[in-house]
Amino acid sequence: MHPALQGLLTIVIGVGGCIGYFYGANLLLDKVLFKPTGPNAGRNINLANQIRPWVFLMPALLALGLYLAYPVVATLRLSFLERLPGNEFAFVGFDNYTKMFAEPKFLEAMKNNVLWLVVVPAASTAFGLLAAQLTDRLAWGNIAKSIIFMPMAISFVGAAVIFKLVYEARPEDVAQIGVLNHLYMLFGGTEPQQWLQIPFWNNFFLMIVLIWIQTGFAMVILSAALRGIPEETVEAAIVDGANPFQIFFKIKIPQIVSTIVVVWTTITIATLKVFDIVFAMTNGQWETQVLANYMYDKLFRANDWGMGSASAMIIMLMVTPILVWNVYNARKEMR
Amino acid sequence: MDAMAGRKPVVVWALNISVVLLVLLWLFPTLGLFVSSFRTGDQITASGWWSAMFPAEQTLQIRAADPDDNRVDLGGGRFMVEGNIFGDEAFDGKMSAWATSSRRLGENAPGATADLGDGETFTLNADGSYVWEGDNDQISGRAQRVFIDATTPPDFTLQNYNFVLFDENNSEGMAKAFFNTLTVVIPATIIPILVAAFAAYALAWMDFPGRALLIAAVVGLLVVPLQLALIPLLSFHNAIGIGKGYLGVWLAHTGFGLPLAIYLLRNYMVGLPRDIIENAKVDGATDFQIFTKIILPLSFPALASFAIFQFLWTWNDLLVALVFLIDASGQTTVMTKQIVELLGTRGGDWEILATSAFVSIAVPLAVFFAMQKYLVRGLLAGSVK
Repeated sequence: MHPALQGLLTIVIGVGGCIGYFYGANLLLDKVLFKPTGPNAGRNINLANQIRPWVFLMPALLALGLYLAYPVVATLRLSFLERLPGNEFAFVGFDNYTKMFAEPKFLEAMKNNVLWLVVVPAASTAFGLLAAQLTDRLAWGNIAKSIIFMPMAISFVGAAVIFKLVYEARPEDVAQIGVLNHLYMLFGGTEPQQWLQIPFWNNFFLMIVLIWIQTGFAMVILSAALRGIPEETVEAAIVDGANPFQIFFKIKIPQIVSTIVVVWTTITIATLKVFDIVFAMTNGQWETQVLANYMYDKLFRANDWGMGSASAMIIMLMVTPILVWNVYNARKEMR
Repeated sequence: MDAMAGRKPVVVWALNISVVLLVLLWLFPTLGLFVSSFRTGDQITASGWWSAMFPAEQTLQIRAADPDDNRVDLGGGRFMVEGNIFGDEAFDGKMSAWATSSRRLGENAPGATADLGDGETFTLNADGSYVWEGDNDQISGRAQRVFIDATTPPDFTLQNYNFVLFDENNSEGMAKAFFNTLTVVIPATIIPILVAAFAAYALAWMDFPGRALLIAAVVGLLVVPLQLALIPLLSFHNAIGIGKGYLGVWLAHTGFGLPLAIYLLRNYMVGLPRDIIENAKVDGATDFQIFTKIILPLSFPALASFAIFQFLWTWNDLLVALVFLIDASGQTTVMTKQIVELLGTRGGDWEILATSAFVSIAVPLAVFFAMQKYLVRGLLAGSVK
């Protein structure tokens, strides 16, 4: 069957199935199992109302449990096992972890990931804040925001191609077609550089891609936060003779700190999971490996499920503090 | 507000200029790829894309017509070839000089006659018409080469798009990948919305034990990296016989998208006015009726926000497709994978790369600009993920 047709059919079956399930289960509850008539009407209505939430929740709970909760446990288990030929598994304790920590490529990935985690959220938030503040009072501010926000819609792979062209290097004697090398030669560079092959610094050229994408996100959120600042506080500062910098750093920033934290942690999580950019641009060569790509290498190229799962657990471990913090805040808010 | 009024014009100018710079910085990379996708491969390697918008000075190297087929006998052992150096197509550039040897570029003015020695002459006019005269030996064999210094106007072509999307000989066709992507994206966007909407309603407006715990769990699952799910779920799909394929990728995207969907929708539904719902209950409406007749229509903005997120995320995804969809046959490849492949095999063919990338970027960009309002609203509501 043609995939498009198959897709259409799945939409019909999937959507129809969902609607059918919700409608049918509801009907079953009210009309068959617990009829709101007869001697037990009151008790039946109560029973039906106790069960109904679970009818509504069931598909979501199943999907969440199977696709997100179960894998955490299963990956943890796999990280302590070694896969033997014939789909057998042997318990090896922390062997996968010790082996991994002894591998230079893993340490390189860890080091680079930490670098990413320091640079990308900071730079994206800073640029986002700058863009939000600058465009706030411009007549054409919304157009400017749209353009800075636009990379949000572009895939990491698409962005990788876009920046490969920016970083493109051609031999010295012909015209440079990459903007960066063109400018580099214009400002007195001796020979065109292969930007993505200069160890250590190439990490930053990869990070620029993610910063370029995430800045728009930071800008949108922070711009809303800036607009939410009570005008009286700013007016009072002006009356007191504060200059624009003082207003920005001493009046505005302190009032949006909680939003900055949210933006920062959100981008941190996106950064932790960065895969496509490195996969498409360098594939971890020239010392640009990161954890997610290292894990993909282990799982699907080396076919080493044990070490792959162990590195996935490292990513999970790095996310956990943010997870706990988010849950804590959500619970506080609900109370 | 520290309003514009009272500010020095210098400050206003500085502000405008810095925003212009920022915007250009953000736009420039994409613009480069966009412009490149409308240039031929030769043009891309000959000059930077930024010079494509302006008339370009270049040296064209063209041969005259084949003398053995086209020469005219003038009598007395003299022969002549006549024609237009640019062929049938009109030349829309401007010729500044020409030469018959690459070592003497720009030697002759348009309309001049060059003496090639031993009585052989070549005359070339600005419009491209030429006369090439000489004896039997000279006007035979290989045709005379001319090097023309010309300024050509900006020249853009749609041939890349034609090749990438419609050419039958193009084995890396994006057309199939485009439809595959579409096949992945549509069910993967619609199904989680439906599942999440019911769950969100239960979490927002129904009372049952363990509700707070479930909400906390959803918030926690928001940040679980999907990297953890790859191997366990692939084994699971293999065990239940789905293997790699569309069904698997739809299910995976549904699962991975649900936390954000439930979180966004619940937050929105909780904010709906309590009166409406309680009045409906007093009037005897069941939860199911309240949900379908009141909550769903009122939640449209939140539904739209999540739909855009999920659409962008599934359209732009590479990892989930690599793991759950694309098998060894390569029949189910998606656009992102196709582009990564092209980066490996045709890294220097910028016309193909740029065009393919733009084909895949175009749809999300269109959605982005059309639905930006909802996207922003969704971001503001769900900025935890």
